[in-house]
Amino acid sequence: MQPQLATQIHNLHLKNPVMTASGTFGYGEEFADFIDLGRLGGIVVKGTTGERRQGNDYPRMAETPAGMLNAVGLQNVGVATFCDEVYPRIKDTDTHIIVNVSGSSIEEYCAVAGRINELERIPAIELNISCPNVKKGGMGFGTKPDMAAQVVQAVRKVYGKTLIVKLTPNVTDIVEIARAVEQAGADSVSLINTVLGMAVDVERRRPMLSTVTGGLSGPCVKPLAVRMVWQVAHAVSIPVIGLGGIATAADALEFLMAGARAVEVGTANFIDPTATVKIIDGLEDYCVRHHIDDINDIIGII
Amino acid sequence: MKYITDFTVVGREAWGETYFSLTLQHPQTLPPVAAGQFAEVEVQDCREVTLRRPISIHDVDTVRNTLSLLVQIVGKGTRKLATLREGDKLNLVYPLGRGFALRGERPLLVGGGAGVAPLLHLAKCYCARGIRPTILLGGRSADLIPARERFAPYGTLLYTTDDGSLGERGLVTQHSHFDDGYDHICTCGPTPMMRAVARHALQQGISCELSLENMMACGIGACLCCVVKSDDGHRCVCKEGPVFDATGLSQWINQ
Ligand SMILES: Cc1cc2nc3c(=O)[nH]c(=O)nc-3n(C[C@H](O)[C@H](O)[C@H](O)COP(=O)(O)OP(=O)(O)OC[C@H]3O[C@@H](n4cnc5c(N)ncnc54)[C@H](O)[C@@H]3O)c2cc1C
Ligand SMILES: Cc1cc2nc3c(=O)[nH]c(=O)nc-3n(C[C@H](O)[C@H](O)[C@H](O)COP(=O)(O)O)c2cc1C
Ligand code: FES
Repeated sequence: MQPQLATQIHNLHLKNPVMTASGTFGYGEEFADFIDLGRLGGIVVKGTTGERRQGNDYPRMAETPAGMLNAVGLQNVGVATFCDEVYPRIKDTDTHIIVNVSGSSIEEYCAVAGRINELERIPAIELNISCPNVKKGGMGFGTKPDMAAQVVQAVRKVYGKTLIVKLTPNVTDIVEIARAVEQAGADSVSLINTVLGMAVDVERRRPMLSTVTGGLSGPCVKPLAVRMVWQVAHAVSIPVIGLGGIATAADALEFLMAGARAVEVGTANFIDPTATVKIIDGLEDYCVRHHIDDINDIIGII
Repeated sequence: MKYITDFTVVGREAWGETYFSLTLQHPQTLPPVAAGQFAEVEVQDCREVTLRRPISIHDVDTVRNTLSLLVQIVGKGTRKLATLREGDKLNLVYPLGRGFALRGERPLLVGGGAGVAPLLHLAKCYCARGIRPTILLGGRSADLIPARERFAPYGTLLYTTDDGSLGERGLVTQHSHFDDGYDHICTCGPTPMMRAVARHALQQGISCELSLENMMACGIGACLCCVVKSDDGHRCVCKEGPVFDATGLSQWINQ
């Protein structure tokens, strides 16, 4: 018998728990030559802001052991161009397209969420209150429980569909933030965004990134992410989406067992553009091997 | 169409300590590869390397279904690639990016360092159109201009070296035939060289294309790590480039 891989995040019925992480999968189109996008549980597209943004100066990327630092700084076309030009191109993709909503003020978050709310084929947003690469706002909202609650409350008023809030690991107590956004009306939380980091080019005696600090991602952050997902999953009753360093089915299973209802794959897409489908196949193999009929049976078993 | 696929190393050649080339064979017919396009090459079993490495497609043989790469050893990934031998597998994501437009009736191709790599396929593509380009290769010394014998059948070859060990002494822009009535220039190499070549072209009103080598993570336009500041904002080098027209990059060129 085929194992059942479908899971649910609030009103979102996913074919399987494997989605893609914002900022690592473009608008999905970039990967269409390599995989059948219709196999994915969902695609979270690039962080979208009120206006077009140029992002930070080059260099914006530095490779690190088992990971990378980025300081892209939310370069994106802005919500108007997203709605007019990108959305018509991607809306018929045979999976859930979720927009990662970013901003520097509560007004901006609300304006973007309000526009996206009108798009029929976008069933959910992921509110990014956790970007470490912008000077104003971004992570600022995600590091204080009262600020996080304020943004979520405000967005909740203008956004009626599934509202996922993406949390930053750059806090002392992530549980406190997760509880605050749950109370403010979030339907789900996803974690983790990148870990604030830094690297130095010792030959040139300069920071590797134009912004000095940047966001760390990739396999090196996985244990930290699994720990945080486990903590949050035990503290809130809304579904948790886990991410951070997932490259294989075994990695994804760690998150599911720790309590994630779904996962997102980020940096691994750069190393292997077919990583997501390999993970989906691997989950199925695992279920067959362990006689698991329904993947939900192993979610949160730890 | 882009592919992710394994090739088998069927040939290896080295020039001095720093340059080597790999010839890679595929069991199936190769897709069309434009001159200037590149591959994201997997570096296997190397603890220190996480991401793929972008490497230009140096040569294409559609009869034998082979591609060649010409690589300069500059760090951990390229050093690991240098250990590959005949029979080994190499995984590529390719062909990526936008290549050269093959403009001009009297083109000049200017390369330096590892930047000579894409110029071989480019020279062959011009020849296939009945145009023999002038190819100007520069380096610090003769042994730092790799693979030059491969270019000989496909154009008029000129050299400059810092020490005068091959061709004329000096920089590529100082070569006596640098300004010889060309109607198009293609350049790939160290940033100061490309800037000098492109400044000259812009001043003389000659059309010019440059191939940039920004650091990349994905190579397919998904991460926006590889951008160059063009005259109308950040542009993605891996997808909108790596080959750009000089006219849109005047700020970058005059930096
Ligand atoms: C489109 C494109 C085509 C390229 N084609 C070729 C080619 O045909 N042959 C070739 O030899 N090289 C080519 N390069 C450059 C090549 O990608 C880098 O030299 C390589 O990634 C370095 O890897 P490494 O692990 O050996 O170096 P690392 O150990 O990662 O770094 C060693 C040093 O090299 C520098 N470096 C790292 N990446 C780059 C880069 N992308 N560009 C310049 N310097 C870098 C680092 O700053 C560091 O100082 C190309 C780059 C691009 C973007
Ligand atoms: C290049 C890059 C760009 C990113 N852009 C965004 C973004 O726009 N919005 C966001 O919420 N997260 C962004 N992220 C964070 C990822 O979505 C993810 O949370 C993080 O990389 C951890 O997952 P990973 O280790 O699987 O990559 C970005 C990450 C990278 C590497
Ligand atoms: S390297 Fe990812 S967009 Fe160019």
